[in-house]
Amino acid sequence: MTSVSSDKLERQKSRASVAVYLKTHIREYGMLVALVAIMAFFQFGTNGVLLKPLNLTNLFLQNSYIIIMALGMLLVIVCGHIDLSVGSVVGFVGALAAVMMVSYKLPIFVTVPVCLLVGALIGAAQGYWIAYWRIPSFVVTLAGMLVFKGLTLALLEGQSIGPFPKSFQALSSGFIPDPFGGENLRIFSLLLGVAAAGGMLYFGLRARAKQAKFSEVEEPLGFFLGRNGVIAVAVVFIAYLLATYNGLPNVLITMAVLISAYTFFTNKSVMGRRIYAIGGNEKAAKLSGIKTERLTFLTFANMGMLAALAGLIFAARLNTATPKAGVAFELDVIAAVFIGGASMSGGVGKITGAVIGAFIMGVMNNGMSIMGVGIDWQQVIKGLVLLAAVIFDVYNKSKGES
Amino acid sequence: MDGMDSILEMRGITKTFPGVKALDNVNLKVRRGEIHALVGENGAGKSTLMKVLSGVYPHGSYDGDILYDGEVQSFRGIADSERAGVIIIHQELALVPLLSIAENIFLGNEIDRHGIIDWPTTFARSDALLSKVGLSDPSSTLVTNIGVGKQQLVEIAKALSKRVKLLILDEPTASLQENDSQKLLDLLLEFKAQGITSILISHKLNEINRVADSITVLRDGAAVSSLDCNTETIDEARIIKDMVGRDLAHRYPERTPQIGDVLMEVTDWTAHHPQHPERRVVDGVNMTVRRGEVVGIAGLMGSGRTELAMSIFGRSYGQNISGQVKMNGRPVAVSVVGQAIAAGIAYVTEDRKALGLVLDETVVKNITLSNLNQVSAHGVIDDSAERRVALDFRNRLNIRTPSVFQKVGNLSGGNQQKVVLSKWLFAEPQLLILDEPTRGIDVGAKFEIYTIINQLASEGKGVVMISSEMPELLGMCDRIYVMNEGAFVGELSAAEASQEKIMSMIVRGRLQ
Repeated sequence: MTSVSSDKLERQKSRASVAVYLKTHIREYGMLVALVAIMAFFQFGTNGVLLKPLNLTNLFLQNSYIIIMALGMLLVIVCGHIDLSVGSVVGFVGALAAVMMVSYKLPIFVTVPVCLLVGALIGAAQGYWIAYWRIPSFVVTLAGMLVFKGLTLALLEGQSIGPFPKSFQALSSGFIPDPFGGENLRIFSLLLGVAAAGGMLYFGLRARAKQAKFSEVEEPLGFFLGRNGVIAVAVVFIAYLLATYNGLPNVLITMAVLISAYTFFTNKSVMGRRIYAIGGNEKAAKLSGIKTERLTFLTFANMGMLAALAGLIFAARLNTATPKAGVAFELDVIAAVFIGGASMSGGVGKITGAVIGAFIMGVMNNGMSIMGVGIDWQQVIKGLVLLAAVIFDVYNKSKGES
Repeated sequence: MDGMDSILEMRGITKTFPGVKALDNVNLKVRRGEIHALVGENGAGKSTLMKVLSGVYPHGSYDGDILYDGEVQSFRGIADSERAGVIIIHQELALVPLLSIAENIFLGNEIDRHGIIDWPTTFARSDALLSKVGLSDPSSTLVTNIGVGKQQLVEIAKALSKRVKLLILDEPTASLQENDSQKLLDLLLEFKAQGITSILISHKLNEINRVADSITVLRDGAAVSSLDCNTETIDEARIIKDMVGRDLAHRYPERTPQIGDVLMEVTDWTAHHPQHPERRVVDGVNMTVRRGEVVGIAGLMGSGRTELAMSIFGRSYGQNISGQVKMNGRPVAVSVVGQAIAAGIAYVTEDRKALGLVLDETVVKNITLSNLNQVSAHGVIDDSAERRVALDFRNRLNIRTPSVFQKVGNLSGGNQQKVVLSKWLFAEPQLLILDEPTRGIDVGAKFEIYTIINQLASEGKGVVMISSEMPELLGMCDRIYVMNEGAFVGELSAAEASQEKIMSMIVRGRLQ
């Protein structure tokens, strides 16, 4: 009798904990569900064009630079700041690469490291004023935005410069080779996709087992399997679709490596943890012995480097450096991070969220273009989606507090 | 006849906060045209009582009646009480620094025509009000450009602009220099002559003796005595006894002190105000702490206790800091927080929400924040080790949370305090400075915190305890320093310390 009732109690308790878990993590699952729903909507709305291998490949190429910058922007926003200059840095670095490679005929292995270094220095220069002089990041990077937009024009003398050498173009528009020589199906690409999905599952399970050894496991098993199952199937499916075209684009590999590295950095590294603490409560972080200024400075240097990488990829994709490159990119990047659930006041946000946010923006751009929605209404819709995502966040938070 | 006419009668006021009875059946009677002093320790309920009166706590959120100007009032907010002529001037001045004096005086109450401000009238009336309070600065001066004393006068001018009948001043002279204080008190006497009634909250008994017509003493949320200065002569000892004269209401866990060698020695420590470099906030403090000893620092709010602790802890407060800190007989560098931690010092802040915790983060992440290197290798955090640490502290300190993954913002005050303590214990300090460690937490949790403190001392750590609750210091400490206006004005052993002695050291201040 008692055992039955205690069993019942136990079950009630676990059901309650599932509900609590869902309530506290509704944002993360909501994001994924929203992305899938948006993709389904456009898949239907475009009569299946959205997920055609050619279009899918384009989707990745079009959004790679936004996603790469969103990684850095997430850290900046988590740290409690903002960087408005990234779009101009994209243009500037693209122009610098063009001048170096096209005008001065410097080789790619010199140009790329120099450009990345210049990006890091630009970020560091802005971070210096923000971190050590406590000048608001909004102001410093607004100034940076104007400065580098102007320098781009100066460097290009108002002209477009191109085309780039083939090897540089491959940075963006190349595909990984297939040693198996598959004509209709790039087997190596497919295998990479399967391996990535398998690896994700393996590491997820291992972390879970480790956690279970000495404490309660946070995520209910059903959720864990469901979430990872959906993601794994999606990864393999996308890899398959891409494999039927040209295989995985180079830039997708770059992106995947960066996303993994930054996810690891934010979840597991001491530095990453401290950046969250700074954004969450700078004074408490400082009183805990954290060098808040130095970390803020490095966060901006990192952002500058990623913006430079995005600038190179963008220039390689267009195969020319234009004075217009990068204009208004910062808005897409910042929007992606906020759609991804980061908090304006800092301390909250996830890499996966920012990436999903960037994909939501990208899929909407792509889908609406295919459907023939004008650029005017596209902007209106994107703006409303951003607003809705943030309202959803704030509503959730206020509900949680009451 | 005159003596019977009271402008204010608060009858049976009871105000409860979750878990705490802040006011318990308080009666307060203020005669028309007098200066009525309200005295009591920190936390005795003075400010709460005045917030009830001024409608900050609206009618209905407390029990009892407010009879003002012959009518029972039900103020729903400050706007209501101000309309009735009750104006309160808080200890923290509520002026906008970058607006002019005139703009501040008429803020929210602008002289306008159809939404357009009438500047000539505003300035003219401001100047007239300023001359009433004895301030000669032009009313176009920005508030940020005048000193605290003058700002206080601007607040009073603002009160006058609202046709004040009952003026409440919450520790108006706490941050004033001696001659500014005298001017302010003279002004109160002048107002009295004009028929304005004042309620003066103050710790400075000499000031009260000078101006007050009657005195009400609050203690632990109850009015313990009402004294009429016109009919009897009141000496300070009598007031002090009423202020502190309670039995030790809480119990403190037993401890046999085992006091060892000198652990920390601070010599000639001085720090200046971060914005006003000429102001010495900590002034030549000398302090020693031995192993296994709990040392208290008593003093009123604003006496420089927190500033002393924070300036030692990595210069987190103030500028032009000078002095020396020795740990175990050797001088140590403490000029950044990391060095102080490395020297074995931990500072547990009085403001755990603003300075101690990252409220949006989990219990785990807060606990390990001060010593992440302990749970990481090559800059990578070991989740398992981290969680083990958190679970260990949860058990040791009995942190009541459904899970260590709970956000600390969702925990109760007592449990938040235990998380802050865990965080600092994890940094493995030799000396802990605990700033108001039991502020805002319930009695049961207080006892648990005391037990933890005793345990730390028995492990041979040194503990410095800053507290505004004197019984707590008397119950916990082996030795107590008394601080006032940035300097140590006395030192008492546990045996000789009493609330009366501490209080008289504070109120007599540095004259001793």
